[in-house]
Amino acid sequence: MRNDRHWLMVAAAMAIAALATAPAAAQKKYDPGASDSEIKIGNIMPYSGPASAYGEIGKTEAAYFRKVNDEGGVNGRKINFISYDDAYSPPKTVEQARKLVESDEVLLIFQSLGTPSNTAIQRYMNAKKVPQLFVATGATKWNDPKHFPWTMGWQPSYQSEAHIYAQYLLKNHPQGKIGVLYQNDDYGKDYLKGLKDGLKGNMPIVAEAPYETTDPTVDSQVINLKASGADIVFNVATPKFAAQAIKKIAELGWKPVHLLNNVSNSVGSVLKPAGFDNAAGVLSTAYMKDPTDPTWKDDPGYKKWSAFMDKYYPDGDKTSTFTVYGYLAAQTLVAVLKQSGDNLTRENVMKQAASLKGLEFDMLLPGSRINTGPNDFAPLKQMQMERFNGERWELFGPLMSGEVGG
Amino acid sequence: MDLFLHQALAGLATGSIYACLALAIVMIYAAINHLNFAQGEMAMFSTFIAWQLMQWGAPYLLAFVGAAAFSFVAGIAVERVLFRPIHKAPVLSHIVLFIALFAILNSLAGFIWDYNVKSFPTPFGSRSLFGNGLVSSHDAGMMGVAFTMLVLLYVFFRHTRIGLAMRAAAANPESARLAGVRVGRMISLGWGMAAAIGAVAGIMIAPVVFLDPNMMTSILVYGFAGAVVGGLTSPGGAVFGGLAVGIIENLAGTYIPYVGRELRLTIALFIIVAVLTAKPSGLFGRAIVTRV
Repeated sequence: MRNDRHWLMVAAAMAIAALATAPAAAQKKYDPGASDSEIKIGNIMPYSGPASAYGEIGKTEAAYFRKVNDEGGVNGRKINFISYDDAYSPPKTVEQARKLVESDEVLLIFQSLGTPSNTAIQRYMNAKKVPQLFVATGATKWNDPKHFPWTMGWQPSYQSEAHIYAQYLLKNHPQGKIGVLYQNDDYGKDYLKGLKDGLKGNMPIVAEAPYETTDPTVDSQVINLKASGADIVFNVATPKFAAQAIKKIAELGWKPVHLLNNVSNSVGSVLKPAGFDNAAGVLSTAYMKDPTDPTWKDDPGYKKWSAFMDKYYPDGDKTSTFTVYGYLAAQTLVAVLKQSGDNLTRENVMKQAASLKGLEFDMLLPGSRINTGPNDFAPLKQMQMERFNGERWELFGPLMSGEVGG
Repeated sequence: MDLFLHQALAGLATGSIYACLALAIVMIYAAINHLNFAQGEMAMFSTFIAWQLMQWGAPYLLAFVGAAAFSFVAGIAVERVLFRPIHKAPVLSHIVLFIALFAILNSLAGFIWDYNVKSFPTPFGSRSLFGNGLVSSHDAGMMGVAFTMLVLLYVFFRHTRIGLAMRAAAANPESARLAGVRVGRMISLGWGMAAAIGAVAGIMIAPVVFLDPNMMTSILVYGFAGAVVGGLTSPGGAVFGGLAVGIIENLAGTYIPYVGRELRLTIALFIIVAVLTAKPSGLFGRAIVTRV
């Protein structure tokens, strides 16, 4: 009750203020969450629970917005970043999204994390016509402007990535036979579809071995893949299972061309437990600069990021790609808000997000650009192949693009 | 044939994972006549203790013994502090407490050691034993450890006074008490032993599935399945059941077309239901007769 009255007073004060400044704000247009002085951005992250490692992303974003505010904000407006915890549990995501939209009245929700969590709020956000912008998940389905015009992805989608592997295989191992280890859910099937679409039937997939997240190990699946005569393995597994597969393949004395999905290419939480010797030679893809890669030691972009981390997020993990991820995503949002100018309606923000042209950021791989369009809600599509040399990832080959027909 | 052998042996290896945990389940069942849903999480926590000791520089053997000893004491403490007060409460209260313990240990481990998977060393090495990678030396070692635990348990229950007393205390507390068995102490001992066996199981399992707070969640289901199929009152049956579940699961996944690949666990559980329909107390279980 007390709260209600408080809000009433704030609303009244805002109405008076709005009346007072009405003539001056003639060209300025605002939806809830935006005003002359501030832009309210909502965010939902798993700060607790099994996926809490991702919370680092939200913390980096908060730090980046502090930096933006310190430097005067976006077109003179301060960013008010309201970030809630959903513990990676979709019912909680729904609760937090409602709170952000209906009680905090944010302009938009930015970088809510996780495929199941975003799926849970996608209909709600689109019904409310509140942007669900740059969701932090790789599922391909966020690029669907026809059915969900208020939802947009950010990172390269699983299918884009799989297309890139297909291009690589067709060019370098056209005679190969592919075996796929995949998680038996939307995530695994997304990759599998991407690979099949990318290969267009020009190379055989001789074995598909699904595993369930309830399986204790994937040993049996790996044995079946080997028995199928495959000489290329596409490893579409989450960190624990990916590490098991790398280890098992080495134990079997099998030496296939091993493609590891980007989801699990963390050195610390996959390749190290799997054993560096076992993981040597594994291939994957990257779209950001890996902060642990000495290649970037003197890179001006890396230095800027590093200085930002030292000043605004000194507790953050500078060896983790999560902090790079959050930094880049926050930069993308700031670009959209800048481009929206004084027209801070939800509709215009969405329109601007869908008309990003050739954006380049410090920590993206050189030459990689962010592009969107009214029918292209997939900002990042370019990736480069990388090979694990037994110690760290080494980029090789050209920057490749994995366009997915939307 | 080659594939069959491979899958059967790999099944035997995963089966021995289930068997290790099934032994801990049977142990606690022998002491309190309940299934402990937190058994897996207790084992996981013990494994983290071993890992932490090694991080602090303890040699493997010391970490192993240290974790088992810690678990033994912690198991007794859990019984004394949490379960003794609700000793006479209905089964449901026990279940609620088991589940609470499950959640507490899981989040606590995540809080202390985070959720990233960690590698865990094995004393047996991970070379493949017979060339072509049929069985790794760790798998063989793990089977050896499971078998050793089985023999020790058998000897304990059949040939020691204290083992006999423990069986008596579980089967008929009233009579056992009248015959001079200190039932409360037996129950504590059962908890301690189950926790220690769980610790050994966790330390054996972790090199294969990696160490993280959720490592036991799915294994516990298979461990239960193994224990139930073999008979909850029989350690030998539990080991047999664990191995059988591992092998059946692998062969079903490989040889049953279409459904096998995606319904491996379902098929294994289906077979368990079939076994239980024919033999309700498990393959090697003793039928429990209660006088009314």
